[in-house]
Amino acid sequence: MSWTWFHKLGSPKWFFQFASRWSLGVFLSGVVLLLIGLVWGLAFAPEDYQQGNSFRIIYIHVPAAILAQSCYLGLGVAGFVFLVWQMKMAPIFIKSVAPLGALVALIALVSGAIWGKPTWGTWWVWDARLTSVLVLFLLYMGVIAIQNSLEDKILADKAVAVIGVVGLINLPIIKYSVEWWNTLHQPATFKLTEKPAMPMEMWLPLLISSLGLYLFIAGLAMLRMQTEVLNRERRSSWVKEEVLKNGI
Amino acid sequence: MAFDSFSDFLQMGRHGFYVWSTYGISGVILFAIAWQSWQQKKQVKRQLAKRFIREQEK
Repeated sequence: MSWTWFHKLGSPKWFFQFASRWSLGVFLSGVVLLLIGLVWGLAFAPEDYQQGNSFRIIYIHVPAAILAQSCYLGLGVAGFVFLVWQMKMAPIFIKSVAPLGALVALIALVSGAIWGKPTWGTWWVWDARLTSVLVLFLLYMGVIAIQNSLEDKILADKAVAVIGVVGLINLPIIKYSVEWWNTLHQPATFKLTEKPAMPMEMWLPLLISSLGLYLFIAGLAMLRMQTEVLNRERRSSWVKEEVLKNGI
Repeated sequence: MAFDSFSDFLQMGRHGFYVWSTYGISGVILFAIAWQSWQQKKQVKRQLAKRFIREQEK
């Protein structure tokens, strides 16, 4: 297997050019898929026989919840890559994705709380699933706070990489929280090994809105990484050319 | 359509408030982060351009 792609991806300049070409397209295809999935889910999917129409909150809640975890997985892996190989792009990824992950986790928490009220009769319970997702949100906030508060940028990159790696332990806790502990929360919606528990007309729009949110956030992550690359590589001549190319 | 009329759609049975507030809040958050990401890139580019031009003039 050729590793050239890995080395290319580690080059800020190569990444910047790659992202310039793709970020907007990825973002816009995310917007389109998200709209299709949401309109389908909100207006056309059949009503749930138990929960009525409140179940339609699922079309943002589940995509946000799995994406918040995926972002953290990426962040933790990037942290590991940085600690082991000092790859330049890794802290750029962490810094760019942390705010996105935090807001997506916030959407998962808020939508879950609003969904909980008509379904469980309460906005919040301190059970394992909800608490572990709150911890996920707080981990993101920790990463953001450290990036913004440490004057020493090299130290900040290392510190958030360590938090990223250590925080990975939270992901299996989130995943298995609905199996290990008694909880109000229903079990997983997406399973790789089993057929979905909901009918196709409900499940398909959920798949589409999930893909849409992934692409939406991926596009923004690329955009934010471009900004961060410009900032960090400001002393390279290619940044100067890039910035002055279009005038001010 | 899973609903008989548009007002039915807005009411969502008796769950209109929950469903629409969820999507309202989520929409605002997503729009805000997209806008901020875009603005931040523009702003950084502008700052760097100013700095490079100042350096050239020296």
